Order: sequence, then C-alpha cells, then structure tokens
Amino acid sequence: MTFLTTPETNQLTRRWADVDAASGLDLRLTDTCLRDGSHHKRHQFVPQEVRDIVAALDGAGIPVIEVTHGDGLGGSSFNYGFSRTPEQELIKLAAETAQRAKIAFLMLPGVGTKDDIRAAQDNGGQICRIATHCTEADTSIQHFGLARELGLETVGFLMMSHTQPPEVLAKQARIMVDAGCQCVYVVDSAGALVLEGVGDRVAAVVAEIGAEATVGFHGHENLGLGVANTVIAARAGATQIDGSVRRFGAGAGNTPLEAFIGVCDKLGWSTGVDFLRIVDAAEDVIRPAMPEECTLNRMTLMMGYAGVYSSFLKHAGNAAERYGVSGAQILLEAGERKLIGGQEDQLIDIALQLKAKQDANA
Amino acid sequence: MRKATAAIVGPGNIGTDLMYKLLRSEVIEPRWMIGVDPSSEGLKLARDKGLESTHEGVDWLLKQDELPDLIFEATSAYVHRDYAPRYQEAGIRAVDLTPAAVGPAVIPPVNGEEHVGAWNVNMITCGGQATIPMVAAVSRVTPVSYAEIVASVSSASAGPGTRANIDEFTRTTSNGVMTIGGAERGKAIIILNPAEPPMIMRDTIFCAVEPDADRDAIAESVHRMERAVQEYVPGYRLLQEPQFDDASEATLGKVKVSIFVEVEGAGDFLPPYAGNLDIMTAAAARVGDHIARSLLTQEK
Repeated sequence: MTFLTTPETNQLTRRWADVDAASGLDLRLTDTCLRDGSHHKRHQFVPQEVRDIVAALDGAGIPVIEVTHGDGLGGSSFNYGFSRTPEQELIKLAAETAQRAKIAFLMLPGVGTKDDIRAAQDNGGQICRIATHCTEADTSIQHFGLARELGLETVGFLMMSHTQPPEVLAKQARIMVDAGCQCVYVVDSAGALVLEGVGDRVAAVVAEIGAEATVGFHGHENLGLGVANTVIAARAGATQIDGSVRRFGAGAGNTPLEAFIGVCDKLGWSTGVDFLRIVDAAEDVIRPAMPEECTLNRMTLMMGYAGVYSSFLKHAGNAAERYGVSGAQILLEAGERKLIGGQEDQLIDIALQLKAKQDANA
Repeated sequence: MRKATAAIVGPGNIGTDLMYKLLRSEVIEPRWMIGVDPSSEGLKLARDKGLESTHEGVDWLLKQDELPDLIFEATSAYVHRDYAPRYQEAGIRAVDLTPAAVGPAVIPPVNGEEHVGAWNVNMITCGGQATIPMVAAVSRVTPVSYAEIVASVSSASAGPGTRANIDEFTRTTSNGVMTIGGAERGKAIIILNPAEPPMIMRDTIFCAVEPDADRDAIAESVHRMERAVQEYVPGYRLLQEPQFDDASEATLGKVKVSIFVEVEGAGDFLPPYAGNLDIMTAAAARVGDHIARSLLTQEK
C-alpha cells in the first residue's frame, strides 16, 4: 500500500485536514427520502411509513425533512405516477410527527401552483423548495414572491446543474435570490457531476450570492460520487446539504446521509446529527420502507454517464417492459434528445421508436 | 366584397407572426399595428408591410375616426383585462391571445363557430390549442373522466409573459381541457426545454376512459382531429398511433389513452420550432376569419 502514502498524498491529506478542522463547518442537512425517495417507491408511501420515518430522522437530529410527491406538489399524475396517499395528507402527518425537525416541500413551476404552496403551508410545511431547470429560474419568480409573503423559508433548486457552466448557474441563482430565495441549491439531478465539477459550480454561486443567501448541494449516486461530491461542495462553500438515508431516492439514489454524517464527524464538521442513531434509523426504519435497495446497475449508471434526470429510471423501466425494448437504450436516447426533468412522457415515444426500429430489423 | 379591418395590439413575436397570417386572409385586412415602444422591431416590420403603426398605444387607436372591426390582442392578460370593456364600448370585436380569459374560449376544430357573435373570444394557451383538440377527439367518442396534458416547448419560444405567469398557463389550460375538451377533470403540465438547437413543440395527451371504450373508434377520431387541425397548422402531426394501456392500479382503474403530437410552425415570422406560438396565431387567424365572415354577412 506504499502508493497511498507518498509524500505528496500525505501532504494533501494534511493540507485538507487543516483546512477542514479550521473551517469548523456547521452544515444544515435535509433528508429527502420522503420526497426524492417517492420516485423509488413509485409514490406509494402509506401514512405509517411516513410517521415512522419522520420520527426516526427527527429523533436522530435531522433538522429538515422533505415530504412531497417525487415531482413536487401536484406531481400525482399519469405522467409521473399517481400518489397512493395524497401528498398534502403526508405533509400534515409529517408536521404532526416531527418534534424538532422542520418539514420542507418541493414544487416545480409548470407542475404545481401557488394554491398548492398555500395548502402545504396550511398542513404544516415550513420550508418551500422551488425547483426549475437550471436555465429557467425566471419561471419561479411569482412562487418565491408568494412564499416569502406567506412567511415561508425559501430554497431554490437549479436542476440538472451538470448541463451548464458555473457562470450560467451563478446568473440563474441571482434571479432566484432577487425573487426572494434564501438558499440556492446546485442540484446534480442526473448524478453526472464529478468532484471539481461540483466545487466550481458551488463556488461560482457562492461568489454571486454569498452575502445574500446560503448555497446548498443535492447529489445523486449514479456515478457513485454522492458523498465525495458533497464533501467538495461543502469545501466550496455549500452550507445546506441534501441526502437520503440509505440513498432512498431516484436513480441510484441520493447521497447516503448517514455516511455523509460519519464523514463530517471525521472531518470535524458539525451536523447536529447523532451518527449511531441515524445508522440505526437507516437499518431499522428506512430500509424496511424501501421496495429494494438503491443500487448502481446498468440503468442507473447509464443515467450518470449520459446525464439523464434520475427520476426517469422507473418510467424508462416501465416503457422498456411494455414495449419489449432496452431500458438502457431508452435512457441513452433521452440523454441524446437532451430531455430535462418533467419530460417523462417522451420516454414512451422513445420506446415506441426503438420498437419500430427493432420490428423493422426483425 | 370588402374585408373586415383589424388592428393587432402588441407588436411582439406573437403579434408580428399573426400579422403575416392575417395578410394572407381572404376576409381580414390587418390595417393597424399598435405598440408602446417606438424602437419596437415589430412596429417597423408592420410599417414595411403597409400597416399604420404607432407606439402611442390603444388610446391612440380609439381616438381615430375610423375604428377597426376586430382587435387581436397580443399583449398580456393584465393589459387585456383593462382594455376589453373599452373595445366593446367602441363596438370592436376582440380576439384575445393572452390568458386573460375575458370572453369564452375557442378551439377552432372543436367550437370554432360557437362564439362568432361574442364580443370577446379567448384563445386559451398554446398548450391548450395543441392538446385540447385531442381531448375532444376522445371525449366525442367516449366519456373521459380525467385528461392530462404535457406541453414541452423550447425555452427560446417562451416569452417573458409565459415565464412570469406559468401558473396562469396551467390553470387556463386545465380549465380548457375540461370545458372544451370535455374531460370531467383536467390537469396541465408545461416544460420549458433549453436544448440547442431548439426542440420543436411536443405535446402528450393522456385520457382516462372506461375499460369497455371502443379503441378503434377513439383512434379513428384522433386521426380525424389531426386532419382538422392540419387545415390551419400543416405542421401538426401525430408522432405515434394512440396507445392504450389496460386498466390497472397505476391507471386508477381506467384505460389510459396516450396521444403524442408534434407541432411544427409555418415559419412565418417565428422559427418552425416555435410551433407553440404558430398554433396560437394560426388558431386566432382562423377564429378571426369566422368572426369576419359573420360580420360581413350581416352587412349584406
């Protein structure tokens, strides 16, 4: 193992250890297994699961818990899948269950509406997270305006951040902040960003808005980099961090929050979460609610590699099965067509085209 | 026979594209282009095409000795709500291309001639014009308990009005899915995709129907509707045969009908990818023609 302890790497390790310890970062974590995990669960959460998960996360000290249909308020649909339990009911349950944690909810302009935001607040939601594709921030202006007017805490999501360079993200972040957003997230929806790709984007957003709003990072595991990317994001100035315990999220899942919390302990960063309790929650409460583990496999790897929106996974799988074509091919073509979040309907069109080609060659 | 005279209010992308279409009309003569910004490119273009153009707004127009028979409003919902009563007072019919929804909504192949006598008709939204015909195509064959439309348009074709009022888009469109499409419940979703080169508008229409619905009749009706829309938007086409998914838990116990369309614009002023804008202006021109014909017939 001598190659791991060259003077150069020792030096590097020491340098970062000093920086990390000195930075004394205090990170605010959001668990999103009850929102991003909704994709993996095909939006089939039942009340008891939500109660149990919120109680376990809250008990371990997770300060923010996001609860919504995977595609945000109003996402229950043919296009994204119908919710088994209405999301507003789940938000209410979560808010009633949490003793300390705040309940966040997600909305996508073009899918949800201002009325949905009002209802979520009435049901106990305290943090309004508004997500747009990372070039379309100006579609969120009216929603940030309303959320602030209602006294909600606000977060902006720049989705599919890998598709744009840092300076574009910074400008889009500026639009959100000017509209009333208090924290802008760089969101790696496709799990396609690699290390410095995250750091550069977070740093650019911090440089643009650092004095006026905080910056966050939301990662996916499609190339296996969730924790590593999140560490880089924090070093670059992100102070709000998303993840899902047990990776319970779309695609190969989100940054495993329990692992990241352990890493923070090692780096001397504070999260306010009890590592042993969150590990127990992952094993005893979250895993049993998952239909299966979130794993790296042919489909999920393809998403990170081709830069495909993580929640396409189950829909591509459905279309592949329905029409007898390759799910991986559907995802590659989705990347080729530059589809963005929300265009799940186009996966059916892709599957039909692949089938027509297949039939023509038969 | 004389032509009905028209003013276009709002010399932006929509207003300018509409001008090209009205210049081809057999029954409408576009005579005025009304704006508020002297440096507007649309006003200059209109002047080149022989329209009387002003940046002094509607107030100027309403002071003229000769008033138009028709006004096409291509400004914003707020502006139109303010001015609609004044158009009526002046005896001018209005075709509203904003989401103001002052008057009844019109989708040409569904209820195009129903409101030719109304003072004010509304064109709903681009997504509505592209998808509501298909909801109606299904609902004229069999009851539709729920319809959902997904409109994907290129970012480049979504102007500041759409961006600032995206809630109004989804609300107005889902209302139209119900009132004109004939679905019991409706939902609308819009996606702005920034891909380069810009994507051509695409729309998906999902309808929930009963398990015993006649699938052949639905498919035939959908194809017939495609041809009806093609009469005024030649680039409107089905991408696939209508798809039928059997009733299951995932479809709420109904058969799911999926219809995929693409809308390529005529490229009059706006690029062909902006089919969303083209179908608005083409539908407005068509509705304007209906109204003009009824006005001219009354004169005879």
